[in-house]
Parts: sequence; structure tokens; C-alpha cells
Amino acid sequence: MPAEPPIEVPRSLAEAFAILAAAPHRPVAGGTDVLVQIAGELGPPPERVIDLWRLDELRGIGLEGDTLALGALTTYTEIRRSAVCLEHLPALVDAAATIGAAQIQNRGTLGGNIANASPAGDSLPVLLAMDAEIVVGGVRGEQTIPARDFWVAYRRTALQPDELVLRVRIPLVARREIRFRKVGTRRAQAISKVVMALAWRSSPGDGGWSDVRVALGSVAATPIRATATEAVLDGAAPTAETAERAAATLAAEIQPIDDVRSTADYRRVVAARVLHRLVRDAGGW
Amino acid sequence: MNVRMLVNGAPVEIDVPGMRRLLDVLREDLGLTGTKEGCGEGECGACSVILDGQVVDACLVPVSQADGSTVRTVEGLAPTPGGGAGDRRLDELQQAFLETGGAQCGICTPGMLMAARAYLDAGGGPDEAAIREAIAGNLCRCTGYTKIVEAIARAAAGGAA
Ligand SMILES: Cc1cc2nc3c(=O)[nH]c(=O)nc-3n(C[C@H](O)[C@H](O)[C@H](O)COP(=O)(O)OP(=O)(O)OC[C@H]3O[C@@H](n4cnc5c(N)ncnc54)[C@H](O)[C@@H]3O)c2cc1C
Ligand code: FES
Ligand code: FES
Repeated sequence: MPAEPPIEVPRSLAEAFAILAAAPHRPVAGGTDVLVQIAGELGPPPERVIDLWRLDELRGIGLEGDTLALGALTTYTEIRRSAVCLEHLPALVDAAATIGAAQIQNRGTLGGNIANASPAGDSLPVLLAMDAEIVVGGVRGEQTIPARDFWVAYRRTALQPDELVLRVRIPLVARREIRFRKVGTRRAQAISKVVMALAWRSSPGDGGWSDVRVALGSVAATPIRATATEAVLDGAAPTAETAERAAATLAAEIQPIDDVRSTADYRRVVAARVLHRLVRDAGGW
Repeated sequence: MNVRMLVNGAPVEIDVPGMRRLLDVLREDLGLTGTKEGCGEGECGACSVILDGQVVDACLVPVSQADGSTVRTVEGLAPTPGGGAGDRRLDELQQAFLETGGAQCGICTPGMLMAARAYLDAGGGPDEAAIREAIAGNLCRCTGYTKIVEAIARAAAGGAA
């Protein structure tokens, strides 16, 4: 049987913060990454574990003015069933639907995806493209970190060891559109080879784009924004010529790697093609 | 850690490490070996059980998270779990698996049944695409999914399909 480190099961967030302040504990939310890491003996097992599952303060999806707030313990199943998400952020629902299958979606959490910091985390490009903020906290209080600054290096985050991810805040901006696309080996239970979220605002007059975000996963050590590609799309209209230029810029901008799931060349070609397709669909040609 | 659960309708109280996998508690501590371990990493679904109404991989759930919960395993599908030896009644899904040849092996079938049970309990119908999505987390590595999907569709249609 896999290692069974000692576990604390706090009933309130204050209790959890105190436990974390007293000694390092590895958080377990849905466990769909942590238990795989322990069973697969990917490194030494954690010395101590803290179970977050009972912390109802970290649950819930709601609108706070022009902001969509999701608790860290929100599962993918909850996102898929949320009327608020379907109405205001269908791209996040699309992303949730591609993650694992029913068993994973029933347990896997948004906060776990964020804190696990895999470059292939499928919700992360959506958060980047939406200018999401990640609210973290511990005994020293809460702070808000822009998604852009959260994934600092390969599987490293801006989170301190005694802090938890509490919730995600996503500003809802008028006339902003976002599209999500994941390319994996098969439809279910597949880790991304390339995952992309494209967001923009179109001007009601000439249909030109502004505030463009091109966010990708699985093409670098962290989820990234392709800012040179964004610059090509910003101020342009979604024409065939724009799509060509943006795709070419993206292929040159990203530096993916070869790994067991795919090759760098494949990823570069596919990322460019996915972007081209998304721009084409948006342009309606 | 002291853990209380309702397993297949029977109250269970047990003292085990909180990080023990629900899978190991079921199989090793409670002797319910119908739930299988395939991969131990969430990929295959052989360990699927229904936890508070939702299908989960028991290999990924620390038992601390099942404290106070209701667990249903393959042993709890038939109407009289642990009933008299002469009682051969089956759940409609088990019956459909038998009749269509969906019961192909003992490793994936318990998990398939539990994923399918959760699907039917949530109001799932005989639509093939929806059934395939519902069992997408359950691998068969030998024979194929056709008969399994047929069996679930048959049960969804009330055994008449
Ligand atoms: C079969 C399978 C398929 C999968 N498919 C996908 C997929 O398609 N796409 C995808 O992106 N992922 C996939 N995953 C990975 C995983 O399901 C997701 O990353 C999920 O969101 C993790 O959430 P969790 O609650 O289970 O995290 P856990 O395993 O509980 O935790 C993950 C990490 O985050 C930390 N953590 C969790 N919550 C917090 C918090 N609130 N504050 C601070 N730290 C925290 C933990 O300490 C741990 O390091 C898959 C996993 C499996 C087993
Ligand atoms: S043994 Fe749990 S999913 Fe394979
Ligand atoms: S029938 Fe069980 S693995 Fe194929």
C-alpha cells in the first residue's frame, strides 16, 4: 500500500491556517494529483498532510458585482453544472469538461489545478486569458495575486508554504469574448499536448480587436501568455491575413519541448493551427 | 483516525490512518474485494465506487474524506447484499450486463457497473454518446466497449432495449 503520512483534518479555515503556521503540511483537496504523486512514488511522500475537503469556506461559485468568484474547492463537476459559469464564462465550462472523466471531475478542484502548477493544467490558460486574480491566504492575512504572476517557474508558484489558495476572482468585462481549445491524444482522460485560450474585445464599430489575450499550456515550463502574438492581433480585425500573421508569430514565439506526450515541432505546428482556426471562427470566414 | 461510513447500507466504524486510500479500507480492512485495483493512479476506473452519490476513483480518495459519507460498492448493487445464498436477484444493470455479454472480465466490470450506476441514478438515458462519456474514465484493456455500452443502454431503457 502507498505511504500513509499523518493527516490533519481542520474544520475551519482559521484552524487550517494555524496548522500550516505551526509546521509544513501538504494540502490535499480532491487528491487527484497528490494521491497519484504518493502512489507513483514521484519523490519522497509528504511528511504531513492537511485535508482541505471539509473547508466549506473554500466552496461556492458566485457573482460579486462584475466579478465571478470561485472557491478553491470548486470541482469541475460543479463548474460544469453552474448556471452562472455557463452564462458568464462558458470557456471555463468547456475546459472543465475536458479534464479527466467523471471520476476526476467529481473530485478534482480548480484550486488544486492552480496550486499543482502543471504546465498542462487545463484551466490555467482560461484564467490567464481572463486576467483572473488568485486570492491566497494564511495566518498573515489575504493577498491577491494576478494569474500572470502566479506560476513563476516549472511547477513553482508565488504561494508561500503556509498559505492556501482561497478563491479565484475573474473580472467580467463587457463585450469580452473567450474561446478554449485543448488538443490531447483522445477526448477523455488525456493530458494536453497543447491547450489554448484566446480572449478579445471587439469594437462595436469596425469589429476590430482590443485587449487580446493568447494563453497557452503545455508549450513551456509554465502556462504562458504569448505577448508578441497578442500584439499582432491587437487593433486588427479577424481577417485571413491577420490569422496567418498571428499563427506565424505564435509558431516563432513559443519554445515547446519534446516529451513523452509530444514533440516540440508538433506542438508548434498545432498551436499555430489552433490559433488560426480560432481567429477564423471568430471572423466567420 | 476514527472513521464512520455507511457502506452498502451498513454502518461501519473503523480506526485507520486518515491517509489510507478508501480503496485499501474497502478491500483490506473491510474485506470488500469486489472493488479492484488496476492502476492505482486514477487512470483506469477499476476502483470506481459511489461516494455520496458521485462516482469516484477509490484509489484517489483518502479515507478521511469519506468520514461521515455513504459509500456504495459493487457488492451493494444487488437488492439484498450479503443476503441468503439462494437469493440470486441482481441489480437491473448487472442483469443487463449478463444478458448482453457486457460482463467480460472481473477487473473492469465492477468499476464499469458503478460508473454506469451513478450515470443512471443521475437520470442518464440510453443515448450512446452520453453513455460513452459516463464510462470514459473506465478502461477495458481486452475486449472492447460495444457490449458494455449496449448493456448500459438496455438498463437505461428499462431492460427493454
Ligand atoms: C486520470 C487523471 C486525469 C487527469 N486529467 C487532467 C486533465 O485533463 N487536465 C488537467 O488539467 N488535469 C488533469 N488531471 C490532474 C488533476 O485532476 C487536476 O490538476 C486537479 O485540478 C487537481 O485538483 P485536486 O483538488 O485533485 O488537487 P490535489 O491533488 O488535492 O492537490 C494538487 C496540488 O495542489 C495543492 N493544493 C490543492 N489545493 C490547494 C489549495 N487550496 N491551496 C494550496 N495548495 C493546494 C496540493 O498540495 C497539491 O500540491 C488528471 C488527473 C488524473 C489522475
Ligand atoms: S485503480 Fe483507481 S483508477 Fe485505476
Ligand atoms: S473486459 Fe475487463 S478489461 Fe476488458
